[in-house]
Amino acid sequence: MSAPNKDFDPVQVTPLDAEQVEGAVADALAAVAAAGDLEELAAASRAHGGDRSPLALANREIGALPPSAKADAGRRMGQARRRVADAVAERRAVLEAERDAAVLVTEALDLTQPTSRRPRGARHPLGLLVERVEDFFTGLGWSVLEGPEVEAEWFNFDALNFGPDHPARQMQDTFFVDPPEDGLVLRTHTSPVQARALLDHGAPLYVAVPGRVFRTDELDATHTPVFTQVEGLAVDEHLTMAHLRGALDALVVAMLGEGTVTRLRPAFFPFTEPSAELDVRCPVCAGTGVVAPGAGARAQGAATAAEEAASTRADDPAGEGAPCRTCGGTGWIEWGGCGMVNPHVLRAAGVDPERFSGFAFGMGIERTLMFRNGVQDMRDMVDGDARFSRRFGVEV
Amino acid sequence: MRVGVSWLAEVTDVADGATAEDVAAVLVRVGLEEEGLHGGDVSGPVVVGRVLSAEPEPQKNGKTIHWCSVDVGEEEPRGIVCGAQNFGAGDLVVVSLPGAVLPGGFAIAARKTYGHVSDGMICSTAELGLGEDSDGIVVLGELLGAAADGVAPGDDATALLGLDDRVVEVNVTPDRGYCLSVRGLGREHAHGRGLDVATAFRDPLAGVRVPSGPGERDVVLADEGPLDGRPGASRFTARTVRGVDPSRPTPWWLRRRLVQAGMRPVSLAVDVTNYVMLLVGQPLHAYDAARLDGALVVRRARAGERLTTLDGVERALHPEDLVVADGAEGARAVGLAGVMGGASTEVTAATRDVVLEAACFDPVSVARTARRHRLPSEASRRFERGVDDAMAAAASQLAVDLLVEHGGGTAEDGLTDVGGPAERPVVALPVGEPARLVGVDYAPERVRALLEQVGCAVSGGPGAPDALAGAAAAGAGVGAWSVEPPSWRPDLRQAADLVEEVARLDGYDRIPSVLPRAVPGTAGGVLAGGGLTARRRAVRSLARALAEAGLVEVASYPFVSPERADALGLPDGDERRRALRVANPLREEEPLLRTSLLATLVDVLRRNVGRGADDVALFELGSVALPAADRAPSPRPGVDRRPTAEEEAAVRASVPHQPLHVAALLVGARTPRDWEGRGRSADARDAVELALLVGEVLGVPLTAAAEADRPPFHPGRCAALRVAGGPAAGAVVGHAGELAPRAVAALEVPARTVALELDLDVLLGALPGPPRPGALATYPVVKQDVALVVDASVPAADVEEALRRGAGLLLEDCRLVDVYAGEQVGEGRRSLAFSLRFRAPDRTLTGAEVAQAREAAVAAAGEATGAVLRGS
Ligand SMILES: [Zn+2]
Repeated sequence: MSAPNKDFDPVQVTPLDAEQVEGAVADALAAVAAAGDLEELAAASRAHGGDRSPLALANREIGALPPSAKADAGRRMGQARRRVADAVAERRAVLEAERDAAVLVTEALDLTQPTSRRPRGARHPLGLLVERVEDFFTGLGWSVLEGPEVEAEWFNFDALNFGPDHPARQMQDTFFVDPPEDGLVLRTHTSPVQARALLDHGAPLYVAVPGRVFRTDELDATHTPVFTQVEGLAVDEHLTMAHLRGALDALVVAMLGEGTVTRLRPAFFPFTEPSAELDVRCPVCAGTGVVAPGAGARAQGAATAAEEAASTRADDPAGEGAPCRTCGGTGWIEWGGCGMVNPHVLRAAGVDPERFSGFAFGMGIERTLMFRNGVQDMRDMVDGDARFSRRFGVEV
Repeated sequence: MRVGVSWLAEVTDVADGATAEDVAAVLVRVGLEEEGLHGGDVSGPVVVGRVLSAEPEPQKNGKTIHWCSVDVGEEEPRGIVCGAQNFGAGDLVVVSLPGAVLPGGFAIAARKTYGHVSDGMICSTAELGLGEDSDGIVVLGELLGAAADGVAPGDDATALLGLDDRVVEVNVTPDRGYCLSVRGLGREHAHGRGLDVATAFRDPLAGVRVPSGPGERDVVLADEGPLDGRPGASRFTARTVRGVDPSRPTPWWLRRRLVQAGMRPVSLAVDVTNYVMLLVGQPLHAYDAARLDGALVVRRARAGERLTTLDGVERALHPEDLVVADGAEGARAVGLAGVMGGASTEVTAATRDVVLEAACFDPVSVARTARRHRLPSEASRRFERGVDDAMAAAASQLAVDLLVEHGGGTAEDGLTDVGGPAERPVVALPVGEPARLVGVDYAPERVRALLEQVGCAVSGGPGAPDALAGAAAAGAGVGAWSVEPPSWRPDLRQAADLVEEVARLDGYDRIPSVLPRAVPGTAGGVLAGGGLTARRRAVRSLARALAEAGLVEVASYPFVSPERADALGLPDGDERRRALRVANPLREEEPLLRTSLLATLVDVLRRNVGRGADDVALFELGSVALPAADRAPSPRPGVDRRPTAEEEAAVRASVPHQPLHVAALLVGARTPRDWEGRGRSADARDAVELALLVGEVLGVPLTAAAEADRPPFHPGRCAALRVAGGPAAGAVVGHAGELAPRAVAALEVPARTVALELDLDVLLGALPGPPRPGALATYPVVKQDVALVVDASVPAADVEEALRRGAGLLLEDCRLVDVYAGEQVGEGRRSLAFSLRFRAPDRTLTGAEVAQAREAAVAAAGEATGAVLRGS
């Protein structure tokens, strides 16, 4: 270390020699570039930019220079030290990025390993489908009502114009609560809520009624003794069958999609007059009543002695196709019953049939699920096998 | 109702070349739904053959086949193997040749069998679809009788026997009794084609001449117990035919039509009555005149009276049963009127003299008797639905004519005809009514024409006063028709019924489609604003929350066995044992309606486990039926008016309480074993947490408390759920926990099954209004932990509750974070560590404030539960 050049002797100080400074910078830059990690960089930074580094020492000599040379040397030294500092910063950024990247690599997880931390549940598709129907009607401004499953015979039959001995009463195979004389049944349809709603709220009235209903059918692929209906009832001034058709047409599109073909067919229900059945063209066979050829050949057994002896038969060669099982070969699927509310029903509920008219309809949700979602066997809907609900998740 | 197309075509114009499908399509248009198409599925060469020789050839299997030479009108006879025995050389038979296809899709080909090449098949009755009961070969001479004369080998047997005639089966709705006849279907078919019935429909009863003189057999209508004032028989005719030859067979064509209609040929007299019933819809009964004693008396059954019906069943009669009787003063019942005849006067193979009954019985009386004796018959089906009361004598004449023609009998000149057709009601149809109900502007002439097609007599019309209301009318669109429905349409009783006829005949496809505009809120009350009720919304949220919590929704049937209550371990007197019973259950062993969802949900669990599921988590939303201890019969007020408030209330009150429940069952892993670890089994705490979730979702918080006495739950692992606050505070809404081992064993569900069941009606009745969140505090939170030592028997919930109470309003949250039992806290004690969070809405809390609140909390816990700070 040189002594301070107090008397401003214009002697060229060696460490400030341009070449020496340049050399020190070159050494520093080389050391910085060679630093392989942040520790080495810190060491290089200390050695070439620290207080005891050649450049620092040289910098101190500036004070010994004659005033005329100070500015020049100062500028030169400043540039040199900045170059080194910049190089260190640049190198540090590189090394830090490398270090960070390396850490992330060591922290990597195989996120393709499947986990099962959240148990998966599901809704039952019948409930989901009911909600869809409800949403359709609430969208039209209708209300949604419910009623009891064990119901008074009066609501289930009498108030709906089922005479006590009319065959229509037998048409709906009814579960009776014991003793039958007590007049309680498992409701055979959601229609008793028509009478309840009219008595409760009067007209005008626009309501949809979902619910479980009961008939003494044996459970098989296309029948279940406990099933789900949605009922619609609109009573107002000036309502006609045209409005019935309009509501059903819109519902059909909402549930089954644009382009679904329907027809109204005369029918009979005690609580509507005129009455109709709404049929939907079978989506499986496109209304032809027949599915793909080749499926028609039946197993053939010898039915009679003559037949056995002379069983000169071959399997069905015609190959005309088998009757469609979804629609029973008719090309149409019965979707729901409907009609104009019978004046008797209005009267029994205290509504003036000369001022108000209305329409009602009911449709089966199980059947709808069958042909809307291609469910082949109704037993899947009632068994409660969790796999069935899971296939739907939370949407239907 | 089934009818062959060829028969239908006799009474109505069927389009040229119309197939059975076409006929069904025409009928469906007017409301007769197709039930099926049958028969007629014969194609290819099916010809008449004459058996030239039939050589018996015994086989090793013990059977004897015949090697036949059959002339089928070709140059050379064919060799055919046949196994039947009921024919021989010289017989005319039906032969299906290779290329023919018989009913059921049986295609015929030449094939080698029993050492011969069989070059066709000699057909049996069943194989040709002519009947199901015979496996004998069709021998044409026997089948056709004299009609077989002139038939030659090679003739087309399909045409000869009408094998290609197809049967249309339609579903007849209960209001259209007249369609249970070819006559009715023929009329409807004309409607369906839009043809004028006057020309397109040929009524089989038109022009039938009925004798007017008195008949031989006296008839007395002596109903002393009419139902609601309606006589049991409004009309009764009797006709005697003598000298019928019982050996004469029923003509083939008639038998064929019966078979096509699904009836079994029996004997000429019976077949003729059935045939006429199918043709015109009038049930008839044939008595053996020789076995009848004196006048026929129609009366109600007497106390203790018994009758053996045609089906051989001896029946104890009910005083409301209407019977036909004979003997002195009608002492002996000889038939259940309109339902089934008696065995004692049945027509037999020896019967020569026949008395034909054609009557009109009260639909209600017949319906009740048929139901009471579980005896639905072709006759009762028609009477229940209403039989045209104008046709009895003419229908009887049709049967008489057939008996005379085919049985060789002689009819009496007279006719006994007691009673008569009822007076027709006149229905007023306001001119604007069809348009008001249907939305189609029918021209008045069109309305009138259509009603006349149906058979109504129509008078009045636009401008005419409503004859019934007596109102004077003026201007277009006012006024009324006076409509007298035809005798075969007793179902047409009010204007709406006539409107349906107009709409139906005009065609439902003419009705336009107009989306109605509902006016939300018009009905007020819960309906204000329309949409879902709060209850429906809440149930939806709940179902979704449970699904999101990993449970799978299922629905079970509500039927349970009485033994299920035992399996659940319900003690005697438990109110869940008080169940409604179904009088006619689907399965005899499950006659009860569930009083809890778990009672039926366990079956679903078992089914899932049985199908191989290890981890099952199910829930069900459904109602249960909880009848009152003292149940009054449900009243049935009249329906010609609104019930009085009292009547209505009584009907509603008779319906048992049916709260909506939610239940869940979990077994196996809640989180499954996988590479992350061994998973976690569902346990009682899952059930409790899910139960609390229910309250949380509905906005009605619940609290859990230990419950040691609630079957089917484990006494040490069951919590009762109570409403935490609000008007229903403290109400127990259900239970959650593990099923008791005894119940697990009895129900045959996996060990450690956990469950919950809650009554949602209580919760849904306590739904809060819209949530009001208040302002959110933004001042700093201060966290404090406390560890408290308590007796092991003290429920953690009690400690937490006391802490919350003691800490006061500054406490934001309190959470149990550690539970420790062991040496450090001493035997029979445990340490519960809670993490407390304090915050004030309006300031930063000072240390002193927090310390004070914490001390107060600990003090409250100490006072309530004996808790002491751990380490103090
Ligand atoms: Zn189809």
